[in-house]
Amino acid sequence: MRILIYIGEGLKIALTALRAYKMRSILTTLGIVIGVMTVITIVALVQGLNKAFTEEISALGSDTLYIDKYSWFMDRDTYFAYRNRPNIKIHEAERVKELSRLAEAVAPALYTRRNIQYRERKLEGSIVVGTTEDYLITSNAYPEYGRFFTSTDVDHRRSVCVLGWEVAQKLFPNTDPIGKRVSIEGRKMRVIGVREKKGSFFNNNFDTWVFIPINTFASIFGTRYRSVQMEVKVKSPDLVEDAEIELAGVMRRIRGLSGGDENNFAINKQSMLMDTYNDLTGVLWAVAIGVGSISLLVGGIGIMNILLVSVTERTREIGIRKAIGAKRFDIMVQFLIESIMICAIGVFIGILCAVGLAKLVASVSPIPAVITPWVVFLGLAFTTVIGIFFGIYPASKAAKLNPIEALRYE
Amino acid sequence: MMIQLKDINKVYEIGSISVNALRDVDLNIGQNEYVAIMGPSGSGKSTLMNIIGCLDTASSGTYLLNDVDVSDMDDDQLAEIRNREIGFVFQTFNLLPRANALHNVELPLIYNGTPSSKRRQQAENALDRVGLTDRMHHKPNELSGGQRQRVAIARALVNNPSIILADEPTGNLDSKTGDEIMEVFEELHDAGNTIILVTHEEYIAEHSDRIIRLRDGYVERDEAKSELAL
Repeated sequence: MRILIYIGEGLKIALTALRAYKMRSILTTLGIVIGVMTVITIVALVQGLNKAFTEEISALGSDTLYIDKYSWFMDRDTYFAYRNRPNIKIHEAERVKELSRLAEAVAPALYTRRNIQYRERKLEGSIVVGTTEDYLITSNAYPEYGRFFTSTDVDHRRSVCVLGWEVAQKLFPNTDPIGKRVSIEGRKMRVIGVREKKGSFFNNNFDTWVFIPINTFASIFGTRYRSVQMEVKVKSPDLVEDAEIELAGVMRRIRGLSGGDENNFAINKQSMLMDTYNDLTGVLWAVAIGVGSISLLVGGIGIMNILLVSVTERTREIGIRKAIGAKRFDIMVQFLIESIMICAIGVFIGILCAVGLAKLVASVSPIPAVITPWVVFLGLAFTTVIGIFFGIYPASKAAKLNPIEALRYE
Repeated sequence: MMIQLKDINKVYEIGSISVNALRDVDLNIGQNEYVAIMGPSGSGKSTLMNIIGCLDTASSGTYLLNDVDVSDMDDDQLAEIRNREIGFVFQTFNLLPRANALHNVELPLIYNGTPSSKRRQQAENALDRVGLTDRMHHKPNELSGGQRQRVAIARALVNNPSIILADEPTGNLDSKTGDEIMEVFEELHDAGNTIILVTHEEYIAEHSDRIIRLRDGYVERDEAKSELAL
């Protein structure tokens, strides 16, 4: 009950003091506003990046492994070393499919950039993917219209193709593409399906891709200088680690590697991206926390400075209060409340500014920004911690004043 | 006895020199007395007032206030005693400039934890006793010197303290207003309050029933008015 009365009185005094010295209060608050705004904006941006990245990366599927000549993460030296590895061939993929027990589907894929044409409409530099029917499973790419190709189409090198959503929209704006013949690099291909809209992964827009049977691809474009990428869907997400070991063994067996030989292929997986990304954002977080702490520290020093001035100016008032019966604690609470109040106003305005700024950044740049409700709790924590931390010294200085000297102070 | 001072000494250390501000002061003041403490500057009357008012403690000797020994109390205990037992009236009024009269008078009640409705009631009563009911929402700078001192007296009264301790209460007022303030003290005394007045002006001290004169830290004379009259 007593403490509530002190707090009530403290709030009254603090408000009066803030009103009495408007300019000073505004400037002090500004320090906190800038600090809080910096921290929360950076947090919002990093969180936004995280969210976007996680969404993108989940498109890869955590239960899919990618057997490739190159690792996804290489430095210069390893790149040159990996260049000398033998290319992965289509028949190796077939063997993997035969030998692996943990793989549900193995889709080899070859890529090239070609022009695609239907009558007078032409798309330049579309990505043409040669693959097998297993691609349907490994990439979760189901046809919106028509069908995906089958093993028969692959085995017989049929001239059929499945268009990405955007390709179909652009080449066939008004007509049904199924059964029409498009020309890929001069070869006529019958459209048998249109893939559902997949969206993009970083800069790759899957909807601009075109899919043809891998054997057809091989006979048109050749395979000599191409290395197949194998997408392997594991039977269950729990088996990914086992499958990785099994696939390495299978590949070594196919390639006849002996005990001392290093793997001359790479097995990539989604979690590698996640790990690298987490390392990267770890740095971002550290920078955010560093910059934020410095600006809050500066803001806090501003508060401490102003409170010290305030204690000196109000020495006589403190003397009066003490003469009348205020204890050290009462005076302390009074100045702490003033400090916390400056912080609270600063944090509140800071959060509002940060929300505005995050929205602005999100609207003018591709970086998304996410303000989550816990920034409010973060704000409360800031307020209390900064307010108390930087208020405690001036407040205790006030509390320890000798009443006789304080009353005599001019 | 309300106030019992025994062998009170107060020594100030100023650099390497010790100054004896009070020497072996023995003093008893009873309930409902009206006492004036007089003396030239440097006589120790401010020091005595600070000790009686529990703003300071003696270097040696004992001080019983309402039979409670306050000689060795710490800051916070003294604050509590001041809040409960003593009402101060200062020469320079010492009101909070940004608070209105009512809030100034409520101040002692805030520090003893009186709930706000009761606080307001008591503060209004105190302002009524000093005749300021119609000015209670004014700030000090909107009041005359006499009115400010009345607010200060109301603040001193509001907690029903044992002693009202007034330090040169008319020092900053013209003589007519000063007389009005002295009438207020007269009324308070008649109503049963104990009043200790610190002054160096003879005609102000005349209002009291007993005059204690200090010189160089000693009690030089301590005489009741009835004796003076005789």
